Amino acid sequence: MSEIILQAKNINKSFHDPITIPVLKDISFTVNKGEFVSVIGKSGCGKSTLLYILSTMDTDYQGELFIDNETMTNKKEAKLAQIRNQKIGFVFQFHYLLNEFTALQNVMLPGLKLKKYSEQEVEHRAMERLKKLGIEQLALKPANQLSGGEKQRVAIARALINDPAIIMGDEPTGNLDKRNGQIVFDIFKQLAEELNQTLLIVTHDSEFARNSHRIIEMEDGRIIKQ
Amino acid sequence: MNYKLIFSISKSMLLARLRQTSVAAIGVTFSICMFITLLSFMTGLNDLLDGLILNRTAHVRLFNEIKPNDKQPINTSADFKNTYNFVQSVKAVNSRKELYNSEAIMNAVKKDDRVLGLAPKISAPVFFNGGSVDIAGVINGIDVEAESKLFFFNDYVVKGTSIDIKNVSNSIVLGKGLADKLLVNIGDVVQVITSQGEQFPLKVVGIFQSGLNDIDKVQSFASIATAQKLLGKNNNYITDIQIKLHDVKQAPEIAKEYSQLFETDAEDIQTANSQFETGSSVRTIISYSVGITLLIVAGFGIYNILNMMIYEKMESIAILKATGFSGKDVQLIFIVIALTIGIIGGLLGLLLGFSLSSVIDQIPFNTASLPTITTYPINYNPKFYIIGAIFSVITTFLAGWFPASKASKVDPVIIIRGK
Ligand SMILES: Nc1ncnc2c1ncn2[C@@H]1O[C@H](COP(=O)(O)OP(=O)(O)OP(=O)(O)O)[C@@H](O)[C@H]1O
Ligand SMILES: [Mg+2]
Repeated sequence: MSEIILQAKNINKSFHDPITIPVLKDISFTVNKGEFVSVIGKSGCGKSTLLYILSTMDTDYQGELFIDNETMTNKKEAKLAQIRNQKIGFVFQFHYLLNEFTALQNVMLPGLKLKKYSEQEVEHRAMERLKKLGIEQLALKPANQLSGGEKQRVAIARALINDPAIIMGDEPTGNLDKRNGQIVFDIFKQLAEELNQTLLIVTHDSEFARNSHRIIEMEDGRIIKQ
Repeated sequence: MNYKLIFSISKSMLLARLRQTSVAAIGVTFSICMFITLLSFMTGLNDLLDGLILNRTAHVRLFNEIKPNDKQPINTSADFKNTYNFVQSVKAVNSRKELYNSEAIMNAVKKDDRVLGLAPKISAPVFFNGGSVDIAGVINGIDVEAESKLFFFNDYVVKGTSIDIKNVSNSIVLGKGLADKLLVNIGDVVQVITSQGEQFPLKVVGIFQSGLNDIDKVQSFASIATAQKLLGKNNNYITDIQIKLHDVKQAPEIAKEYSQLFETDAEDIQTANSQFETGSSVRTIISYSVGITLLIVAGFGIYNILNMMIYEKMESIAILKATGFSGKDVQLIFIVIALTIGIIGGLLGLLLGFSLSSVIDQIPFNTASLPTITTYPINYNPKFYIIGAIFSVITTFLAGWFPASKASKVDPVIIIRGK
């Protein structure tokens, strides 16, 4: 049996705005090391909500979450930040780079925060990742001068900088045209196949999903197929 | 904690939005500049008004009051010791204005280390003969050097030189109003008639203008020797000893002490000028309220600017948190940003406040009542600069602290989903 990276146990979440609406109902599943999992479902079924909980960015839920066999539930904010820094790479639908910094600096920041490597090493590792994503020539450009596809690749490079246990993405190709979407998909596929990188990606793109290892389908806050 | 990283992130954020950063810093600069300038100017004016009185008034004055004796003969009689004695229509007798033993008193006072200095004085009422009319006035016999050192006599001599009353025998410095009435100028001779009826010619060597018309119309100054000669007294004759202290607040206490010690009358400045005391303290209260109001207004301004700045950066906060920066890191970043703005803006404000004060200090301000003042007064009190510096740092710190700590507590997803 392969190693479990992520485990969700009976996760429930409701919004209370202004009346209580349950959004996630009893979600339980596991993701093994090296798996490329995509999550699909109709708009509004709770995919983003689930992903934010799994990435520890949202702590307001019931149930239990394990990452790398460590419980995330009821952990302190600073501890969760440290786990996000070290173990989770996140890629948003919108690119969410820091416009105050260059592409390279954006990639380096989580690495500098982790402090596992010296600044030179972090820079070297960041350049390596930009190269792998084919955008090393953009390293010194300010983030706000990049195209959407370029930004998304910088965001993936950033997600990779600390060799995370799992990369999560919320419609990372949703905002890109077909060609750029294909490039990003190929990158994920390559990461999964060559580096045995674990991936959990929310998508609307059924072709994208079909090409991944495993599909989790959601409807109305429940997992109906996995 | 990775302070180097925190500082470099703060720096990039400050520089990336240089215009916004500048606007925030300029807000601080402007507030501090206004605070420094207004307070320097207002307290400068206050000090000027205070100086009008304080500069030329003794803190403690020793003299002999003409008054009925407290020890009426009947009270010293053993026969009436156990009775209560009413004496009506008591009058003062033997009006000796002279301070007894003045030489010894002056030596004793000089040795007191609470005392800055003293100046002896003789005041003698006289008439100035101006053709067919006699004008009442007062001649003050003064030690011109001590008077200049302690009471800035020099500053008020607007024509001629004050030291001449010591160097030229039988000379006098007239108040400006008096000189105008007598139609005399420097080099002319005035006739003085003493209360004993004797007439003296005195040479005018200077014109004195105090700024208070009532004084300038009656007062005049001569050397002590001249005054003694005028009154036909020996060279021990002194009517007043004016004492200036290191700390004016001690005046009432010292006056009381000297009055007992030397058996003379002693009057302190607080008693002699009680209306001035009130005016001065009211003006001080006004200055402080204006200063505090300015700081409060400035504080809210600074708080608003920084608050807005941090809320604009919510997205960046969310990204930093999503990629593993803790709430504390985020808070530190924004406090560094706020403090940088506070320190740079504050320093510029102090400099600009100083420059603006210096400019006001150059603006001509001529008024007949203040001959020594040529420009608007400014008080360059370092206290204002210290308050300004501390204030700008503390307010920017708080203005960064509150929104930053609020931002550091929200889950990053709240911000991201809010988009
Ligand atoms: N802050 C909120 N307050 C109240 N309800 C919310 C809030 N955020 C999301 N919801 C609701 O929760 C449900 C799930 O939202 P979520 O964003 O997870 O959907 P999704 O599956 O990601 O949809 P999409 O594919 O369109 O992104 C929706 O019905 C949405 O209206
Ligand atoms: Mg969504």
